[in-house]
Amino acid sequence: MAQSTVRKTMTFGEGGLAFVFAVTTLLCLVGAAKAHDAPFAFHAFLSAAASVAAVFLIFRGYFNRPAELPGQETDDGRANYNDGPIKFATLAAVFWGIAGFVVGLWIALELAYPVLNFDLPWINFGRLRPLHTSAVIFAFGGNVLLASSFYVVQRTCRARLAGRLAPWFVILGYNFFIVIAGTGYLLGVTQGKEYAEPEWYADLWLTIVWVVYLLVFLATLIKRKEPHIYVANWFYLAFIVTIAVLHLGNNATLPVSVFGSKSYIVWAGVQDAMFQWWYGHNAVGFFLTAGFLGIMYYFVPKQAERPVYSYRLSIVHFWALIFLYIWAGPHHLHYTSLPDWAQTLGMTFSIMLWMPSWGGMINGLMTLSGAWDKLRTDPVLRMLVVSVAFYGMSTFEGPMMSIKAVNSLSHYTDWTVGHVHSGALGWVGFVSFGAIYCMVPWLWNKKQMYSLKAVNWHFWIATIGIVLYVSAMWVSGILQGLMWRAYTSLGFLEYSFIETVEAMHPFYAIRALGGGLFVVGALIFAWNVWMTVRSGEPAAVAQSAMQPAE
Amino acid sequence: MSVMAKHAILEKNSILLLIGILLVISIGGLVEIAPLFYLKSTIEKVDGMRPYTPLELAGRTVYVREGCYVCHSQQVRPLRDEVERYGHYSLAAESMYDHPFQWGSKRTGPDLSRVGGKYSDEWHVAHLSNPRSVVPQSVMPGYAFLARTDLDPKALAGHMETLRLVGVPYTDEQIKNAAKDIKAQATPDDAGIAELQQRYAKSTARDWDGNPSRITEMDALVAYLQMMGTLVDLKLYNEKANLR
Repeated sequence: MAQSTVRKTMTFGEGGLAFVFAVTTLLCLVGAAKAHDAPFAFHAFLSAAASVAAVFLIFRGYFNRPAELPGQETDDGRANYNDGPIKFATLAAVFWGIAGFVVGLWIALELAYPVLNFDLPWINFGRLRPLHTSAVIFAFGGNVLLASSFYVVQRTCRARLAGRLAPWFVILGYNFFIVIAGTGYLLGVTQGKEYAEPEWYADLWLTIVWVVYLLVFLATLIKRKEPHIYVANWFYLAFIVTIAVLHLGNNATLPVSVFGSKSYIVWAGVQDAMFQWWYGHNAVGFFLTAGFLGIMYYFVPKQAERPVYSYRLSIVHFWALIFLYIWAGPHHLHYTSLPDWAQTLGMTFSIMLWMPSWGGMINGLMTLSGAWDKLRTDPVLRMLVVSVAFYGMSTFEGPMMSIKAVNSLSHYTDWTVGHVHSGALGWVGFVSFGAIYCMVPWLWNKKQMYSLKAVNWHFWIATIGIVLYVSAMWVSGILQGLMWRAYTSLGFLEYSFIETVEAMHPFYAIRALGGGLFVVGALIFAWNVWMTVRSGEPAAVAQSAMQPAE
Repeated sequence: MSVMAKHAILEKNSILLLIGILLVISIGGLVEIAPLFYLKSTIEKVDGMRPYTPLELAGRTVYVREGCYVCHSQQVRPLRDEVERYGHYSLAAESMYDHPFQWGSKRTGPDLSRVGGKYSDEWHVAHLSNPRSVVPQSVMPGYAFLARTDLDPKALAGHMETLRLVGVPYTDEQIKNAAKDIKAQATPDDAGIAELQQRYAKSTARDWDGNPSRITEMDALVAYLQMMGTLVDLKLYNEKANLR
């Protein structure tokens, strides 16, 4: 085209955003100067530095780009996909994954060998545990969701990602949120609400990033060239919208001072408990389930080269899943001071939730009809399929544990931890690894992963790790639950609390071993990704992955 | 097939799909959360609940900051073994001033909602500083640094004002005297103790951490732990009142 005739000017977006970040820099410096506590000052300086970096990146982008902005379509009439932000998020997911798994291993060792706390504030279990959960859920899982949703929405809509700076703003802004949240935990900055620990300013920033994320996703859907919105995008959209609602509801908070990190949640006691687990359980339901089902609905059919098993089943299970999930929160509050009617509703809907969950599993697994033989030869597909199997297992276990009689035994014990990890390591972990193993060669134009053998090793080492982890937690959880309620023949409690703690030690050691194997697998994965990006065999010219999935 | 055909409308219109999702996910939350704010039976009436004293509140912020809720619950369930192990099952009213609630979800360590008065202050200080010195099998981290960290008594008034805005009934007098009350509650024979106890029923004042020269985070945390579960007079609580 006629590049030479176009005069290079700064777009409104570039100029405006640079201005906004320049103002933000000043505000952050004022915040740092007037800060009431050291962590707030540190975060204000960090935000000022990030804002300066943002201004720099905007200007560098401007000076380095051609006068003409990238078009919506390439010269041959295909959508001109925007893959830069996706590549960043993919690599960020690998990085945060390793970080989150290693912290998890460390705190597992702290429980087995408490001397490892070193009695230091920054690395004691109470501060590292939120770091672990946030790093794996929001940093690793979040980047996988950002990367895959941006990848999938472009391919299935045959449209370029909406916005030019906005996708970068979402990816970099989200990762900056992770940095603020994570460093905050180590410094003792926390709201004290599980899975919603980041303080008010981090929450505010995430809200801005998340709204832009929703807008980018929605605007890309709106300009699609396909008449239908593909099923994976329904799940992604439900995930993005619902997380926004949950985030705002659960984090309603009032800072003590705008120059300090501490805030108080607006809700109190029983209402706060209900808000918390409405949020907490649906962080599982929408972040770790709906979002990752979106991944399943694109990557499993794509890798198996088969259409989704049942269109009708996807409609039914989508609406049933998102409707029922929201009700399930109170099963975290069985036998507490939450009113009985709410507990009963939570239990009832949790049991019903089993059906749409398995609807998703069946739809994923049966997509392999006629292609089962590929499990033998394609380790990436095997990883994806086993993840769906783990999904089926934990979504059976979950409803079972939500039954009040079962819950009276399992609650407060390691059984819950085991249940979470069969879902987190088996389902979320494996489907993420599978998606990244698919996306990396597609994004960097490589024929396939650098080493399929290494994928195979990763799969088996991680699988053995999960089995060790989950079975150790089943045994320790049920054992401790039974010990707590054991009575002697004379009608006295048989065990003191500390005796039940002592009995956990061997299982905590086995759990750490299982977690260690999972980390080893993840290191193989990271090496493989790195080698593929650096020196993988280039793909043939006509990249099949560039065609949209139907 | 007609319903499935109609679904195509949503599949072809992203805004309608968005609205549909919003409607579907709103129902469960509204039904479960909204009634908790107006059903009177949600929080039964009890005698004795009061807001935290400034020192207890400071202790509670340490409790939250260190993530104690990750391993300790503050919620006794109405199960035979729990009631025998920890005491009367928890009542909603007992956490009505808790922003946020700290019921917890895991008992790597025991429940703490009724720990107040069960151990001596010395035991708590020794246990927090080096848990294995008093409980050899414990897996709890040590928090000796709390005894080395001074409390800032002036900071608490702001916290109490914020809490008042979200519904905790602190009076002007209580907020005004926050710093004074902290000193009184952590100093034996302080002149302000009578006033403190007038402002906060059932509050006790002593040198919690065994170091009279400083008011530390250890003072605050031990004061908080020692008041847990001691406020409500459960003898006056009618368990049968809410039976159906």
